Amino acid sequence: MGTYFSFPDLFIWLPILAGLLCFIPALRNHGKNLSLLFSLIILGVSIASLFFTNDGKYLSFNHVSYIWLKYLGANYYIGLDGVGRSLTLLTAIVFPLIIGSGYKKEVSSSHSFYGLLMLSQAGLMGVFMAMDALSFYFFWELALVPVYFLASKWGGEKAIASTFKFFVYTFAGSLLMLVGIIYVYLHTGGRTFEDGTIAPHSFSLSAFYQASLSVVEQTWLFIVFFLAFAIKMPIFPFHTWQPDAYDQSATPVTMVMSAIMVKMGLLGVFRWLIPMFGQADHLLYHIATVLSVIGIVYASFLAMVQDNVKKLVAYSSIAHIGLMSAALFSMKKMGVQGVFLQMFNHGINIVGMWIVLDIIERKTGIKKISELGGLAIKAPALTIFLVIISFANIALPLTNAFPGEFMLLNGLYQYKPWLAVLAGLGVIFSAVYTLNMIQKVFYGTVKESTSEVSDIEINEKIVLSVIVLIIFVAGVYPQPLIDLTKASADQLFTIIK
Amino acid sequence: MNNTFNLVWLIPTLPLLGFLINGLGRKSLSKSASGLIGSAVVLGSFIISIMTFIQVKQGHTGVIHFFDFLRVSGLKVAFSFQIDQLSSLFLLIITGVGFLIHVYSTAYMHDEEGKDFAKYFAYLNLFVFSMLLLVMGGNFLILFVGWEGVGLCSYLLIGYWYENNNYTDAAKKAFVMNRIGDLGFLLALFWLISKTGSMEYSQVLNAASLAKLTTFDITGITLLMFVGATGKSAQIPLFTWLPDAMAGPTPVSALIHAATMVTAGIYLIARSNILFSSALITQQVITIIGLATAFLAASIALKQNDIKKILAYSTVSQLGFMFLALGTGNYVAAVFHVLTHAFFKALMFLGSGSVIHAMGGEQDIRNMGGLHKHMKVTSITFLIGCLAISGIPGFSGFFSKDEILAGAFGYNTIIYGVALFTALMTAFYMFRLYIITFTGKFRGTHDQEHHLHESPAAMTIPLIILAILSIIGGYIGIPEVLGGHHELAHYLSPIIPTAHHSLSHQTELMLMGLSTALVLGAITFAWIRFRNFKAEQSNGGLSSFLENKWYVDECYEWIIVRPIKKASSLFQHILENRIIDGSVNGVGKLVNYGSRQLRWLQSGQVGAYVLLMVLGMLLLFVIQFFVS
Repeated sequence: MGTYFSFPDLFIWLPILAGLLCFIPALRNHGKNLSLLFSLIILGVSIASLFFTNDGKYLSFNHVSYIWLKYLGANYYIGLDGVGRSLTLLTAIVFPLIIGSGYKKEVSSSHSFYGLLMLSQAGLMGVFMAMDALSFYFFWELALVPVYFLASKWGGEKAIASTFKFFVYTFAGSLLMLVGIIYVYLHTGGRTFEDGTIAPHSFSLSAFYQASLSVVEQTWLFIVFFLAFAIKMPIFPFHTWQPDAYDQSATPVTMVMSAIMVKMGLLGVFRWLIPMFGQADHLLYHIATVLSVIGIVYASFLAMVQDNVKKLVAYSSIAHIGLMSAALFSMKKMGVQGVFLQMFNHGINIVGMWIVLDIIERKTGIKKISELGGLAIKAPALTIFLVIISFANIALPLTNAFPGEFMLLNGLYQYKPWLAVLAGLGVIFSAVYTLNMIQKVFYGTVKESTSEVSDIEINEKIVLSVIVLIIFVAGVYPQPLIDLTKASADQLFTIIK
Repeated sequence: MNNTFNLVWLIPTLPLLGFLINGLGRKSLSKSASGLIGSAVVLGSFIISIMTFIQVKQGHTGVIHFFDFLRVSGLKVAFSFQIDQLSSLFLLIITGVGFLIHVYSTAYMHDEEGKDFAKYFAYLNLFVFSMLLLVMGGNFLILFVGWEGVGLCSYLLIGYWYENNNYTDAAKKAFVMNRIGDLGFLLALFWLISKTGSMEYSQVLNAASLAKLTTFDITGITLLMFVGATGKSAQIPLFTWLPDAMAGPTPVSALIHAATMVTAGIYLIARSNILFSSALITQQVITIIGLATAFLAASIALKQNDIKKILAYSTVSQLGFMFLALGTGNYVAAVFHVLTHAFFKALMFLGSGSVIHAMGGEQDIRNMGGLHKHMKVTSITFLIGCLAISGIPGFSGFFSKDEILAGAFGYNTIIYGVALFTALMTAFYMFRLYIITFTGKFRGTHDQEHHLHESPAAMTIPLIILAILSIIGGYIGIPEVLGGHHELAHYLSPIIPTAHHSLSHQTELMLMGLSTALVLGAITFAWIRFRNFKAEQSNGGLSSFLENKWYVDECYEWIIVRPIKKASSLFQHILENRIIDGSVNGVGKLVNYGSRQLRWLQSGQVGAYVLLMVLGMLLLFVIQFFVS
């Protein structure tokens, strides 16, 4: 086999290394630089991984597999497929953006802040690459723990309560998932390892796909896994942890949660739930789709009445995720590919959104829409970035979110036209609350709260420029990103057939 | 594609370039530089458009493929341009009128600060770029890209003076109402894709693809497309944004909200005429909506006093006429009217800008009067515009409007009657505007009177050119009855099959005579009524109903906006906070409570633990016994 070097390994060990280095006392004061450096290296690796999609003759670039718990039939098995490549790329892009945008900001006990941040990156990368149920569960929790500490220790005044809710809620979901995993595991076939060891059951992905489960069992397990993932995404009505958590966490943490962590739930659905329980009562798929669509409309309604700008973005994100989840459960190829595409673009856009809002909050100390105003006069550059990112957020053509949204709605239309009509209301409402926000915060005359505001710093300008560049490139020429994940969609539809 | 069209890509790219230069260099560019760049790029596009037009006239048409925009699960959407008779005509309107308006803007916007001035031209260039994409796109998706792009630019330009809340409200309203229509359009596309698997004009708009669609499909698709068109082209029920859009700078109103963007809906339907011709129900709906919009807007225009508002309602009304033409299957007449309307309405908007400029920002015609002697060019060109829109023989509007009316007559006499009456109202309110503004005595303040002056050449020259076009623009469509050949209909015939004329020449002549006589009567009536105009109080009843625009905005506020706001806050306070989050917290409390009750279990006495363990094992044994 001779695996000396592989992308999955680097994606896991580089962030862990960076995280650990941050905790070394001698390097205490360099946490920020270390993590920025490492996150940039990881980004480089990730870009490289796009070009080496085929394994070499002697090297396996894309898969890593070690025997882990032999007698349980568990491998440590991580690998990159199309979606994995796209999501690790997203993770690799988002982290330098997060660190770069906060570069001039002082964080208390920064070594542990950045250390934990990098550890969470390792966990997230692992989730997106895990090809073995136990590895998956392991990384799933590994990603959660650092984020929990980050959110509670560096959050706002109500952070403890909101983070606790977030943690307990998602942890309850995780436990449900664990129960489900064990149940499926007990129904898998045996596994033979290279050294001849035979395990009675297997945790491997393919074994899980082929587990012998009756239709009734599949139906129950669908519900169990669905709950776990529905909380994570989150979809209506399991979403109430999210607005508070986004509002109260430190912005870098909110970015990790909203840009990347929510994708764990979606990934769980298409890599685990759907292929495993394709036989489950179809009504469940329908209910999941309808719930997601209700969530779009519901979250859009709520976004319209938020005065807290961070909560507005949180609800808008719930609506976006709802659209992805609806397209996923409705299981039309166009929609599923839209999900794969949109997972990436949503991550980019929402990071941009948070960066702008964080700048505003830092400069004015205010996040209430009604108390802001006239920022366009004081900070024109910031305003231009915000307007571009906002219009990307509402999926204007030639921005990155448009092709995805088109595919998502189209997929949903193929499933049930009336659901596309309902989801389409979200398209209208998103314009309402987004433009409202722009108007109230940026337009109008300068208020007392905004009279002292200065325009953005150079590091913020760089980071936002990168985001805007991605927005336009991926908006004008989306095909490479679509092609990247095409095989994954094909595979999904082969499995369930 | 051969090299016939090897410059075509520059047509939208030049304005895009102008946008980038002005947008990125807004701090360093001088005003004259940004004005020059902004205008020059559009002039460049205009020149290439003329060359393209000549090529097309010689019979060269084609689709230029650049790259695949989307290729996913059986659907392939190209980023391509379709150069044919219809698009080449619109190219001329957009870049030609667009260029004149850019030139005009260099003078009109001269009081703006340098970077705002550059921003203005950047937006205007971006608009031209989007509008060009809209008409050049080789499929419905590229059209939609431009479609939403022009909506964005409209939003940015209406809210150009962003410190004023009313203006940004208007901008928001325009964008949201357009988005409502856009959703209809999107759904139409999904429907079309689901049945034909394509969005390319070349594959969808032909008889073979039509055969794949049932009547129900065609009706549904075309109705949804029409919903999109009502948003963009300000028809009932989505028309109320356009009058508010007058918050933007006046040249913007001329370019976007009169000559080009608002005609996008007409372009869409003319482009897909093969679909609409097979959808009888849709055609009836379009006819009725178009006519109703024309009538409603004209009636409102009778009682408005803001010079731009009158023109705005007039635009809505004229767009209604175009839809009436589309609905009656008279596509050529609709496109013809788009063309002539672009000339005379742009002319009048620019003229009103010239007036507003001279009046120091005043827009209420009651405070004007007698402007003719202070600004002769503006006055005479404006008069030409009024004559053209009223349909006086010899002016461009006569030919296009007459064609619409003739078509309506052949369709249904009642519809013709209402349309004719609307045309009379049009003549009446336009001359009311002209007479109150330009004749009689000046009614403004002394300061204003002192300031009155003709506008600079950069403004008057576009006025003169547009005035000439408003006269001669109609001669490309002289009907046979007047000894012409209707060049336009011949030119467009590859895209739009020529309709069979059911009217005899005699009837046609009679209709022309009738409408001309009545219009002259309406103008005379306006002259008698307003020649000694004094600002009067509204006299209640019908007139205040019209002044308040049929209370449509108020109705929307009560029927749609408020219930949505109410529902949102109910969702927030009851459903979200109490029920959903309440039950989540409830579960938390329950667990808390439960664990408090079970605290005695953790007594710390080893004996008790052992006892529990043994009991537990016993229980397991019992269970296993029963299970097996």
